[in-house]
Amino acid sequence: MEKTWNNKAWFFVTPVLVLVAISAVIPLMTVVNYAFQDTFGNNAFFWAGTSWFEEVLTSERFHSALVRNLIFSGIILAIEVPLGILVALAMPRKGFWVPVCLVLMALPLLIPWNVVGTIWQVFARTDIGLLGATVSGLGIDYNYVQNPLDAWITVVVMDVWHWTSLVVLLCYAGLVSIPDAYYQAAKIDGASRWAVFRYIQLPKMGRVLLIAVLLRFMDSFMIYTEPFVVTGGGPGNSTTFLSIDLVKLAIGQFNLGEAAAMSLIYFLIILTLSYVFYTVMTNVGVEKPQKGGDA
Amino acid sequence: MTATDVRLADEGSANTDLVRSEDALKARARQKAGGFKPKALIPILYIIFLLLPIYWLVNMSFKTNQEILSGATLIPNDPTLRNYQVIFNDPSWYMGYVDSLIYVLMNMVISVAVALPAAYAFSRYKFLGDKHLFFWLLTNRMAPPAVFALPFFQLYSAFGLIDTHIAVALAHCLFNVPLAVWILEGFMSGVPKEIDETAYIDGYSFPKFFFKIFTPLIASGIGVAAFFCFMFSWVELLLARTLTVTDAKPISAIMTRTVSASGLDWGVLAAAGALTIIPGAIVIWFVRNYIAKGFALGRV
Repeated sequence: MEKTWNNKAWFFVTPVLVLVAISAVIPLMTVVNYAFQDTFGNNAFFWAGTSWFEEVLTSERFHSALVRNLIFSGIILAIEVPLGILVALAMPRKGFWVPVCLVLMALPLLIPWNVVGTIWQVFARTDIGLLGATVSGLGIDYNYVQNPLDAWITVVVMDVWHWTSLVVLLCYAGLVSIPDAYYQAAKIDGASRWAVFRYIQLPKMGRVLLIAVLLRFMDSFMIYTEPFVVTGGGPGNSTTFLSIDLVKLAIGQFNLGEAAAMSLIYFLIILTLSYVFYTVMTNVGVEKPQKGGDA
Repeated sequence: MTATDVRLADEGSANTDLVRSEDALKARARQKAGGFKPKALIPILYIIFLLLPIYWLVNMSFKTNQEILSGATLIPNDPTLRNYQVIFNDPSWYMGYVDSLIYVLMNMVISVAVALPAAYAFSRYKFLGDKHLFFWLLTNRMAPPAVFALPFFQLYSAFGLIDTHIAVALAHCLFNVPLAVWILEGFMSGVPKEIDETAYIDGYSFPKFFFKIFTPLIASGIGVAAFFCFMFSWVELLLARTLTVTDAKPISAIMTRTVSASGLDWGVLAAAGALTIIPGAIVIWFVRNYIAKGFALGRV
């Protein structure tokens, strides 16, 4: 769409600007404030320069939380994306079952995050949970409270349960936008199932899939509530991801300087990723009219 | 028969082949629509995987604590409503739902109200810094709430807003306003600009045009934006818990308190959890065709 240049549009944006400034900029300035100062209590602060940043960047604790979080995000994507595509491809395209499937699949997305944690905490317990009881009934030694590997498996399965539907729904939206004529043409050319996927469905899903991957990456990168409820970051520190570590540091130990510096580093990583995301998203918007303007 | 004739005849048969293959395709599609396909197993298994843990929670909520602790049973032996009675008879429990609903609805109204004009500006005009602003909004949607928990607490303490509904509603604007702006912008960009121009030529003033003509056109967009604000505010816990003590405590935070208390009441916990699923399950039916669009910030 041709947009006209009009700086009066700023009036329309002002309410948002004011509101988001209150809820984002002012708090962020507090964080910046803490990140560069130190205190001996009594609200007496002095300039600490970049020492907090040096401390965070060289701290073993931050590194291990970051690495854990990256591994977690990697595993999540490696499972959720292929599984999501598979389910989306197998879903019916029309008929009575489509809305039923959509609603049932979206159900986990609408459950409060700590309830998701509670559901899995209960479901995976070996004494009262169906999953835990079944697994230990099979003779496997499973205990997510004490065994780090079991804790990881539980958290990963929980996230797959919680968020794979997002990938499914996005891919499905991409798939239904492919005109029937494409499939007919492929049929006439005698294309194999794989070729149809590789040369028709995958390219058409490409952008939607990219959005799904980025959203899943970002959200898994700031995951807090669900693993916190299930494992509390343990056993030991084995499921302490970045956000959990940050809250422990800020509210648990009240180490404000280090927490603030960590927040800013965390935020910078997110900012970089957001830029990639923004570029993808706005390009999706640009291409839309060429597809025939289906809103 | 000349060479041309042969070619024509060939083309003719190719055409009939095409028609025939189209018929075959349709026939196969018809057959597919009726009979059972092994392919359908994948979504079925996936949905079973999704529903099992939820079923387990609901199942537990109808059991007595003795039965829960005595081992896993697939169906309650002695179904009881006691757990739900506990919740509905104790204000400290059911007020949690009311508190959650109050701040969620406040947040929804605020977010959509401020996002409407902004989304209109982004979808219709170019202005100084528009792209930067749009990007900056997105970064707030992507910001980890953990970063904001402590500064929010200090900010709202300074204004004496701790433990009020409006504090949580404003805090959730952090990610919901950007979300609403992006979703609404996506819907508004689907409305042709000629409509605006025609309205002006017909002598409509801007407010009259916006509310009489434009708003009905993007009604579904407003519904979707409101739904997603509702949802993300409903599912968030970290900020809501940090900013409340007792008076505005959300139900999800009351639940975590029960978990850490001594003598866990599993049945009540399960019942409380099951009740939090209901609002989402009800509203989702209305937006079922826009779920993907909402999650992708209006860009599918």
